[in-house]
Amino acid sequence: MTAARRLGGCAVSGSVAVLLLAAYPPNRLTAQDTSTIDRGVRIGIIYRPGVRPGLVMLPRQGAGLDSARAIIARDLDYSDRFEVITLPGGDSIRLASPGASRGQSRASSGTAARGGAQATAGALNYPLYQALGADFALDVTAAADTTVVTLHDVTAGGVRRAIRARLPAPGTSDFRQAIHRLSDQVLQAALGTPGIAATRVLFVKDGKVYQIDEDGAELKLVSASDRQAMSPAWEAGGRRFAYMEFQAGRGQLFLQEMATGKRTPVATTGTALDFTPAFSPDGQTLAFSRATEEGTDLYTINLKDNCCLRRLTVGRFSDNLSPTFSPDGQRIGFVSTRPGLPQIYVMAADGTDQQLFAPFDYGVTGSSNAPDWSPDGQSVAFHRDVAGTLQVFVLDVRTRTVRQLTSVGRNEDPTWAPDSRHLAFVSDRSGYRQLWIIDLDTGRIRPLLQQSGARLPAWSPRLSEATSSTP
Amino acid sequence: MKPVSLLLVIGLAAAVVAGACAKNPPPPTTPQPNADSAAAAERARQDSAAAAQAEAERRAREEAERVARQREADSLAALSRAGEEVRSVLATMIHFDYDKASIRPDDMATLDQKVAILQANPNLRIRISGHCDERGSDEYNLALGNRRAQAAKQYLVSHGIDASRIETQSFGEERPLVDGHDETAWSQNRRDEFEIISGGDALRRP
Repeated sequence: MTAARRLGGCAVSGSVAVLLLAAYPPNRLTAQDTSTIDRGVRIGIIYRPGVRPGLVMLPRQGAGLDSARAIIARDLDYSDRFEVITLPGGDSIRLASPGASRGQSRASSGTAARGGAQATAGALNYPLYQALGADFALDVTAAADTTVVTLHDVTAGGVRRAIRARLPAPGTSDFRQAIHRLSDQVLQAALGTPGIAATRVLFVKDGKVYQIDEDGAELKLVSASDRQAMSPAWEAGGRRFAYMEFQAGRGQLFLQEMATGKRTPVATTGTALDFTPAFSPDGQTLAFSRATEEGTDLYTINLKDNCCLRRLTVGRFSDNLSPTFSPDGQRIGFVSTRPGLPQIYVMAADGTDQQLFAPFDYGVTGSSNAPDWSPDGQSVAFHRDVAGTLQVFVLDVRTRTVRQLTSVGRNEDPTWAPDSRHLAFVSDRSGYRQLWIIDLDTGRIRPLLQQSGARLPAWSPRLSEATSSTP
Repeated sequence: MKPVSLLLVIGLAAAVVAGACAKNPPPPTTPQPNADSAAAAERARQDSAAAAQAEAERRAREEAERVARQREADSLAALSRAGEEVRSVLATMIHFDYDKASIRPDDMATLDQKVAILQANPNLRIRISGHCDERGSDEYNLALGNRRAQAAKQYLVSHGIDASRIETQSFGEERPLVDGHDETAWSQNRRDEFEIISGGDALRRP
């Protein structure tokens, strides 16, 4: 490992920040933003190579398991919490311990059930997998109609957990989500942390709302209306989302159920230009922006009783928009143009105590927009104009310092994953605007959707079985 | 008098014919009274004179109507020419600098023309829609487009136009006028559009 230490003056905060830029294994470098950036802000990701545990997917042959294995392997890879080790060549590399060689020969000629029993018996050549750099080994087998996912702790030399699940038939709408939930259980069992495999991203393309699974599969039209839509926003439970719809030059807010597609207009909206809805964490309140002759200001409405419109800001000569609740529901981050250009502000959820949130240099720092408060409450992601294009930044809520995450192309509209370490955003780094996902811990960037014109992404919370099912 | 006497002759001839007809069995639907022929002739004469007068009046009326129609058509054409011109001045867009909502000095003359038109046509009501280019933030552009529409409205209001005659709306960057990803396209897309809501049927020149 070669590590380059640099001292960089952080112009935004005015304080000196020590940034550790460490080179990562070359095969990981391809999609990272590693170039230095103008205006005194440097990439803030601290790379920590080698700290991720290795996980080896055990090769298996068996009907119906290939897709489950492939989906789980990709989910664990996309979690960015493991070095997923793939063994080339299948059985030729499948190295069982001497004591397990009989079991393997039986399994290959015998029933699937026996194969599952062999796996759970823990008969693996643990020292060998350890030598390959694996901390965990994952075995996906089938026993009758049950899929068994066995997580081996290679270091401890035993089975950490065996998860049994009856998967829906491949091709049905819940098949992939059921496997994603298995992946998240594996992650939980291995690291004690919930995963993000069973999540989806809503976004807008050609004026319609679409959804896509976090692994880039199952692209689906969600819009139940032909009118032009913008700004989808999830409710905390993932049961429904809010969005804005253009109607004869006005903007109306709607709530739409994920399961049924049923739409309900939000009371009092639609007579002006109402936009950028955001649910409070308890789902009782919807905050939004309303543009009138006075300018744009923030309002809330009680969703439970469909009443009680409340005005939070009185801008007069400035605009206030794009609300985002803190996960405890106590504060609202938002955009205000009171300094001249739009910047990130924060206030109490009742509209009091309005103050600057993300520091900026007056006359130097460009417009800042589209804040999204992380689910762990510690960060607010937003985008900022840097030298005429947009880049994704993250504000540390506690220290009120900002760091720039991207530098290649135009990058905008970040949205947090439930794990508060991944962000989906829009980037034209490949030549056209599409959705990408960045892991803040490793700096790894992957495309989510290879289609032009996708924008305004909104990452779902973790979706339980009930909310992810579709009719 | 000559046409009248000629008609009289025709009327008498008609009376003779009528007298001759009276000898025949009367048609069942119009029973002809067995009247004195002189009285019949007198009635026919009176009827004919009235008919002639009506005909003359009708012709005169038609001629007058034709002239009126022609005059009306001529004035309508003129009005419509004026209307089109006024309409086109009214629809002239104004443009903005990047991320700005202030009226540019070169657009003030355009807005002054609109002020004059609105003053000359008191029933005219208009809608201003603000638009942005694709460079800024998608959602912020809705607020910026609103500011741009309001800026034009405030200019018109400050020059004496009643605020109730002007509606505003914003489309952000959602309705670009020109496709393209360079300053040429962007500068055209950062605009206010003006359209007539009502009172635009017979627009007068200022």
